[in-house]
Order: sequence, then structure tokens, then C-alpha cells
Amino acid sequence: MLLPVPDEDGAPFWEYAARGELRIQACAAPGCGKLRFPPRPCCPHCRSFASEWRLMSGKGRVWSYVRPHPPLLPAYAAQAPYNVILVELADAPHIRLAGNLVTAPDAPLDSLDPARLRIGAKVHVAFTEQDGVSVPRWLLEKS
Amino acid sequence: MAATLKDATAIVGIGQTAFAKQLPQSEKELACRAILAALADAGIAPSEVDAFSSYTMEETDEVEVAKAIGAGDVTFFSKIGYGGGGSCATVGHLAAAVATGQASVGVAWRSRKRGSGPRPWKNTAVQLPTPGQWTRPFGLLRPADEIGMLARRYMHEYGATRDHLFNVALACRNRANQNPAAIMYDRPMTRESYMTARMISEPLCLFDNCLETDGALACVIVSAERARDCRQKPVYVHSVAQGLPAQHHGMVNYWNDDPLTGPAWTAARHLWKQADFGPHDVDVAQIYDAFTPLIPLSLEGYGFCGRGEGAAFTEGGALEIGGRLPINTGGGGLSEAYVHGFNLINEGVKQLRGISTAQVPDAATCLVTAGEGVPTSAILLRS
Repeated sequence: MLLPVPDEDGAPFWEYAARGELRIQACAAPGCGKLRFPPRPCCPHCRSFASEWRLMSGKGRVWSYVRPHPPLLPAYAAQAPYNVILVELADAPHIRLAGNLVTAPDAPLDSLDPARLRIGAKVHVAFTEQDGVSVPRWLLEKS
Repeated sequence: MAATLKDATAIVGIGQTAFAKQLPQSEKELACRAILAALADAGIAPSEVDAFSSYTMEETDEVEVAKAIGAGDVTFFSKIGYGGGGSCATVGHLAAAVATGQASVGVAWRSRKRGSGPRPWKNTAVQLPTPGQWTRPFGLLRPADEIGMLARRYMHEYGATRDHLFNVALACRNRANQNPAAIMYDRPMTRESYMTARMISEPLCLFDNCLETDGALACVIVSAERARDCRQKPVYVHSVAQGLPAQHHGMVNYWNDDPLTGPAWTAARHLWKQADFGPHDVDVAQIYDAFTPLIPLSLEGYGFCGRGEGAAFTEGGALEIGGRLPINTGGGGLSEAYVHGFNLINEGVKQLRGISTAQVPDAATCLVTAGEGVPTSAILLRS
């Protein structure tokens, strides 16, 4: 499996993920405070270089999804077809995180019945360890 | 100095190699063959070339090309970023250079061995810098996966269906069936063959994806004044634009406010502002088609229809010869060759010369676009 290769701006996301926290970068300038993703050095709204990492509720909705089929990298081909979803965060709908909808945090990428994939479905985050790195996964909210 | 690029320059030569899944020649040799063919077409000696433009992904440098073809002193060279988004900007940069006197004979080219070359998702050793950290670990690996995500959302929001994507694939295949140089020349497509094709990244199937091709193309740009004395009927570069929208993020443009209004919208605003005519006056269009969903998205972006109407626009044979807007008349990236969209430029020139294998009667205006979903470019050509 591919592991995230964080850059300087993105590293805090993965450090918080290792603690089981979903945090998104926000402007720390007084009177601005806007969230931004992907992380970057400067606020596009007020150009402040001050930033903080705000804890999210971890809830969201499926904005879109695909189901990749081979040819794929071997580790992914072994689980294909799997789903990749984009989650729009309940706290900030314009921030959309790519991830996988699974039946349990450490379940395979193809563990969910594809018939249950639906745009608009409510989901929440969970973290799983993959080769020593904590990565977010997504679970369907019980309805 | 001209205050506008409008009709200040013209494409006077086009050249290409054969297209195939595998060609024995090197990318450098293919580049030289395409460029020399384009110069011969124009009736201009290679020693007169003093400007080059290609893509940043082009691995054949202008240094090597200039040396090999025997160019003279070169006073302008540029390379455009973002893969297929760069195609039309190569012509645009040369048009600007020639119109402002920085050079007199410009050559744009693309040579690529994609059919027989490596594919990134087969290489597990590749390191993943930003923005890959936000997508790759989750198995969003290939451009087809990245565009498939936008396609699914587009279908959800606007009621687009796989039949609409089929309309796009079919129009390109039908044109390729008329073009002996196209890879899919003798391979007709039916609705059944499309609907039963294997999936690549649902909702996209095999025929929603461009070809993997070896080949090269080139074109020659000179001033409008000089073009009048060239061997071929000039095809004027009427308007040029690049497009990189606010908060755009490249292929995985999921993080701005409206991912379904991509770079085409930005390029289009400038393109039409500089032009003497509008979308309804376009006789034929060559629209970048690495993936079928890029066509409805581009039809909306370039103003051929309203927001959300791109899929419905494809109905009733609108994209076929005789339809409302014939597209990709050589077969496009989907069915002629995928050489990062350069074949769309040369096909636009063929249409305005009246020599296309799927000629639109009396075509006098043509839109050519570069990759949508990445920072892009577009040109309007007129005869």
C-alpha cells in the first residue's frame, strides 16, 4: 500500500491523525479564522502566515465516489474493485477529503457492499494503522 | 507592436508521424520527423526556425531538436506545464513571440511514447509528494480515478448517464473510422460494445479513456504577413488563452468551491473576450478528450450550452458530422491518437484547409482546447 508522503505543510495533519484526531488547518489571524485545505503556508483570504489546526467533528457526507478496477498497483489490485470516496466535512462542506468507506476501521478497502455506496450518505471518520502510519477511514452512520 | 494577437499569426505547416501502440523510433527521432514534415508542408527551411515551444513533459529538448534539424540561431523557447493542458498554449506562446518580433518562424511539437512507455501506477517505488498525500494512499491512483470522481458527481447533479458518455465516445470513434491514420480506423463501436466494455474506474469504462499511443506531431507558426507567401492556405490564430482558476488544484480539483467549473471556464472568458465571434459561430471543435466526461464539462465551460446542459447537448447526434457541433473530427484522443492533444491542433488546421478526412463543409472557424481538469489553454482558429 502507498503511504502518505507528507510535505512540510501537510505534516501536522498526519501527526494529529496518529493521535486519532481529524484536524484541518485554519487561519489564526484575528478576525479571519477561515479553514483551508490542502494545507499551505499562507491564508488565501487574508494572507496571514499564522495558522492553527482545528479539531473536526469527524462527521461528513459522501460527495462523490469511484470504484477503481485493475490495472492498479499490486496491493490495490488485490482489493479491487474497491471504493474511493470524497467526504465533505459536516463542519466545513467545502473541504472534501478523499478516503475509503469500509465496514470497520481495519477492514479491507473492498469490505463494503457497493450497493450501499450513495452520494449524500452520512459517514464518520475512524483511524487505522497502515504500515505504522495512521490513516483515516470512513464508516457509514447507522440510520 | 500589435496590441492584440488577433489574426496576427498563422499556422502554415503541420506534420505528424504514424500513430501506433508501439513505434520502433526514439521520441527524439519522432519529434524530428514530425517537425521536418511540418516545415516541408510550410515550404520553410529548417535553418529559418528561430522559436520552439512544447510541454514541460516533453522529454525531447529544444537544444536537441534544434541541433538535429539544423535550425539557425534560436531567440525564443518556452515550455508549458500541466501535461495535456499545455497543448494550445504552445501555439499561443509562439504566436505572442512572432507577433511581438521576438522570433519569425516558430515550431511547436509533442513527441511521446506513451503506448510503449512506462505507466506511473505500475511503479511502486515512486515517491508521493503533495498533493499525492491526500489521494494516493486511498487508492485514487490514476487520472481515470481522479476524473471518474468528478464524472460521478456530474452525473448525480445533472442527470447525466453513461449513454451521454457513449455519445461522446461514439462521435470520436465514428470520425476515426473515416481517418486512415487513426488507431481506431477499422474498429467500429456499437452501444453494446461500449456498455459491455470492462470498467476502469466506475463510472468510467475502457472506452471512456483515451488511447495509449506512440507518435509525434508539430506545427509551424509565422506572421500573417509572411503566411500569405507560404505554400499552404494560412490558418489564422484568432484568439488564445490559458486558464488557471482561483483556488484550482490540478487533476484532483476537489477543494475549491465548485469543482465542476474547471479551467475551461477561465480560459473561455478570455478567449471569447478577444474574439470577433462567439460559440454559436464555431463550425467545428476539437475538444480535449483524455476522458469522455471532459467533453460535456468543456461544452459548458466554453459556452456552447448552459451549466449542467453539456450531457444533454450530446444527444441527437449533435457531436457528429452534420450535427450542431461536430467534434474531434480526426477521432480525438479517444480514437485517433493520444499525443497530449496535439493531434487536435493539427486536425483543426486540416478542417480550415478543407482537407480533413471528415470534412465539415465550408468550415471557417474552429475551437481547439487543451486538457480540462488541469491548468489549460485554448485557441480559436479561422481561415
